Amino acid sequence: MLKISHRDKKAVGYPGTRWSSVNAPYLFIAPSFVLLAVFFVIPVVAAFLMSFTDFDIYSLAHFRFARFVGLGNYMNLFSDPLFWKSMFNTFYFLILGGPLTIFVALLAAVLLNSKLVKFRSLLRLGFFAPVVATLVAVSVVWKYIYDPRFGLLNYALSFLGVAPRDWLSDPVWAMPAIILFAVWKNFGYTMMIFLAGLQTIPEVLYDAAGIDGAGSWQRFWRITVPMLAPTTLFVTVVTLIGYLQLFAEPYIMTGGGPMNSTLSIVLLMYRQGFRYWQMGYAASLAFVLAIVIFILTMIEMRVQKEGSAV
Amino acid sequence: MKKRSVKSLALTSVVAVAVMLVLIPFFWMITTSFMKSGESFSYPPRFWPKAFTIQQYQILFQRLHFLRDFLNSFAVASLMTVSSLFINSLAGFAFAKYNFKARRFMFTSFLVTMVIPGQVGMLPVFLILRQMGMLNTYWGLILPGTVSAFSIFFFRQYMSTIPTDLIDSARIDGCGDFKIYWRIMLPLARPALVTLGLFTFLGTWNDFMWPLIVMNKDSMYTLPVALANLMGEHAPDTELMMAGSVVTTLPVMILFLALQKSYVSGLVAGSLKE
Repeated sequence: MLKISHRDKKAVGYPGTRWSSVNAPYLFIAPSFVLLAVFFVIPVVAAFLMSFTDFDIYSLAHFRFARFVGLGNYMNLFSDPLFWKSMFNTFYFLILGGPLTIFVALLAAVLLNSKLVKFRSLLRLGFFAPVVATLVAVSVVWKYIYDPRFGLLNYALSFLGVAPRDWLSDPVWAMPAIILFAVWKNFGYTMMIFLAGLQTIPEVLYDAAGIDGAGSWQRFWRITVPMLAPTTLFVTVVTLIGYLQLFAEPYIMTGGGPMNSTLSIVLLMYRQGFRYWQMGYAASLAFVLAIVIFILTMIEMRVQKEGSAV
Repeated sequence: MKKRSVKSLALTSVVAVAVMLVLIPFFWMITTSFMKSGESFSYPPRFWPKAFTIQQYQILFQRLHFLRDFLNSFAVASLMTVSSLFINSLAGFAFAKYNFKARRFMFTSFLVTMVIPGQVGMLPVFLILRQMGMLNTYWGLILPGTVSAFSIFFFRQYMSTIPTDLIDSARIDGCGDFKIYWRIMLPLARPALVTLGLFTFLGTWNDFMWPLIVMNKDSMYTLPVALANLMGEHAPDTELMMAGSVVTTLPVMILFLALQKSYVSGLVAGSLKE
């Protein structure tokens, strides 16, 4: 390393020159800028162009076989029942799974923030364990937990008098099963963020409310919830973006079935693009997903802003 | 006073029971992985093997190729961690400590990439790697994911807190720019390096979709891809699948436990950045 800087100086003639200090930041940013251009900016532009072509397995052999088809892919997409099915499934997952994850996380965070609870850092770690676990590995484990004959879930439910069910092979129950798994896997992350947010709420607010005769329920709704609003916005956006990209869970647990009831947008894109090599079609799917994520994030931020202004 | 301690005990028990419920899948995964083949096919389900056996692990490492998959995962995650720490900290340093013309433009362009989901460029990246002959190579898996706007941002924030006086005095002593980065900034940014290194290692190890696309030769599989494929062939072998899951997830969970303080502090810092 010494040698490099030594050579730099020689190149400009005398040590400590302006040259190196003016150009150094560009040299330092250059590697990431080049990588970003090659593996992000160019591909995103290329994907955009690709979504207007019929790029398929023949084009894979020679790129020039791809023909311009205008809005053809988008037209096909919007008239493809499978696309609407995957949209529906992804939103089902998001609308049920998102709030559930955030609610469980908030509950866990409020409990763990109470000074009455002992061994808090240890218990916190327990809730967080699923977050760091490898998604594919725990998806495999949960597939067996949902097993109709020997699975733990049916066994646990039998104590409540619930009849056994083949969760992942039932078009009605497969998605709820995946949602339950996703809540288990992800709530620990949101809980950690909420815990950090709770720590920033000044104790005096609660003391003052207590003097004014507010009960713990009132204190929660009137102090904790509004004070956590910025944190809630952050976790909502993160959950939203993450959940719209649902992929590995259905890939491992159901393969998108039964009867496409767990087919997500990204899973459909993966199939079209990398299994059937309909890359033009898949590219248009990817863009629709990106636009959906963008619009929802914008709406979410606007709604929260207005909510907190009131 | 007494009422308070009763309440404390009750609340602690409630949370403890909830934690145990959350951990049951891990517990069951580990104990089942030490069972003989077929032993878990019982009702009510068994939570403890009749006799502990490492039979499943022997199958994984001797008959199947989990050792190779493990080494692939380890190599990819390590190389990714080192290269992304280097490249992103270098850029973060430039943004933190230099005033230059294109600074604003470049910083904004990095931030913009955070809004666009990774899947959008996936198809062309695959084609680019294919043209470069980098499918089924470690670097094909690593290079597209090396630059992280989040990491650059994180390094910039951290390095901004390091006094500029240190740089000035080093410069008076005749230190070159790279030497300032390597000898002064990097050692002082150690906590940021540990946190981001951990994030990157875990993220790369746990990643599934990208290795699934880039690595289609079984000698290049990472553990999650190998496990997903094993599921296709050995779905009825519950005990074997559990052993495979243990091998896949336990290394990163242990790593996390060892370094959990830096992980959690980074998580929180990342969420409070606005």
